[in-house]
Amino acid sequence: MSGMDKAGDRSGVSEVADKPDELDEAIRDFRLGVHGWSEAALSRPRTVVASAPRRIWRLALGWTLGCALVVGGVSGGLYEQHQRRETARVVAAKAAEQQRLAAQERARQEEEELLAKVDRDVSREVPSAMEPLARLMAEDESQ
Amino acid sequence: MARAEEIAAEEFSAVVTEHRTQIFRFLLSSTRDVDLSETLTQECFMKAQRNWASFRGESSAMTWLMRIAINLQKDHWRNRRLQFWRQTQAYAVNLDAASEWLPSGERSAEQQLLAKERVRQVGQAVEGLSERQRTVFLLRYVEEMELREIAQATGLNEGTVKAHLSRALAKVREKLGGKR
Repeated sequence: MSGMDKAGDRSGVSEVADKPDELDEAIRDFRLGVHGWSEAALSRPRTVVASAPRRIWRLALGWTLGCALVVGGVSGGLYEQHQRRETARVVAAKAAEQQRLAAQERARQEEEELLAKVDRDVSREVPSAMEPLARLMAEDESQ
Repeated sequence: MARAEEIAAEEFSAVVTEHRTQIFRFLLSSTRDVDLSETLTQECFMKAQRNWASFRGESSAMTWLMRIAINLQKDHWRNRRLQFWRQTQAYAVNLDAASEWLPSGERSAEQQLLAKERVRQVGQAVEGLSERQRTVFLLRYVEEMELREIAQATGLNEGTVKAHLSRALAKVREKLGGKR
């Protein structure tokens, strides 16, 4: 009541003076209501203890999930990269092995060809062990 | 030097004791959220303490604190637009909750019911006001501040404060069923 009286008494506040009584009363009651609400809210039992751990847990959970996502993403990426490198390494090793085998085969063939050529050349230059005998036999036959 | 700081701390402590209730009440009626109002009240006094040395007393401590509170509240709403605003929505109540706290006084049961209904209507009307109109209305009619003080606290000139107040009052009157 005193609040409205105080407001109403103030000079130069024409918007208050012009109001009908009902508006005066309504605003005064509104003020009293807000004051009562505020006092009750200030003197209420505090719930800080109950709400703080929940917030902390929520924060911790958020951070944990966030970290797990980041770690998962990074390790997934690293694993993928490692797999790619490993595959490339295996493919390269296979190709090198094939090349090595092919080179071995080629060397073996070349060696065989060389030996065959040597055999052929030797057989042409050196008379066969049976050649004199054969010639003697041929001579005998002619006689 | 240490003695001066001690005196300043004592002065500030007295200011907190004297004005805490009013700052909290203004923030409560503006935000309609008890927890948020407590947080903003604390922030207001923390900010005031940090700047206490630079307070020159050009306006009253109350007006200065109210200005900080108004800015904090504005910042809150501005930031909230960028964030998820479910939390405040979840905890905010309608301003007509004030009717629940209306003292019965010497009224009859019928008069009390009528008064509660009127308070509810005023609360609804105040909620429907623009931010600036609401601030001016609450400072004038709930905190009972002078127009000059409201002008200092809001950073508006007195003429603008009067204009906002007049529009706010017209809307409240309209809600109560009166003519403009």
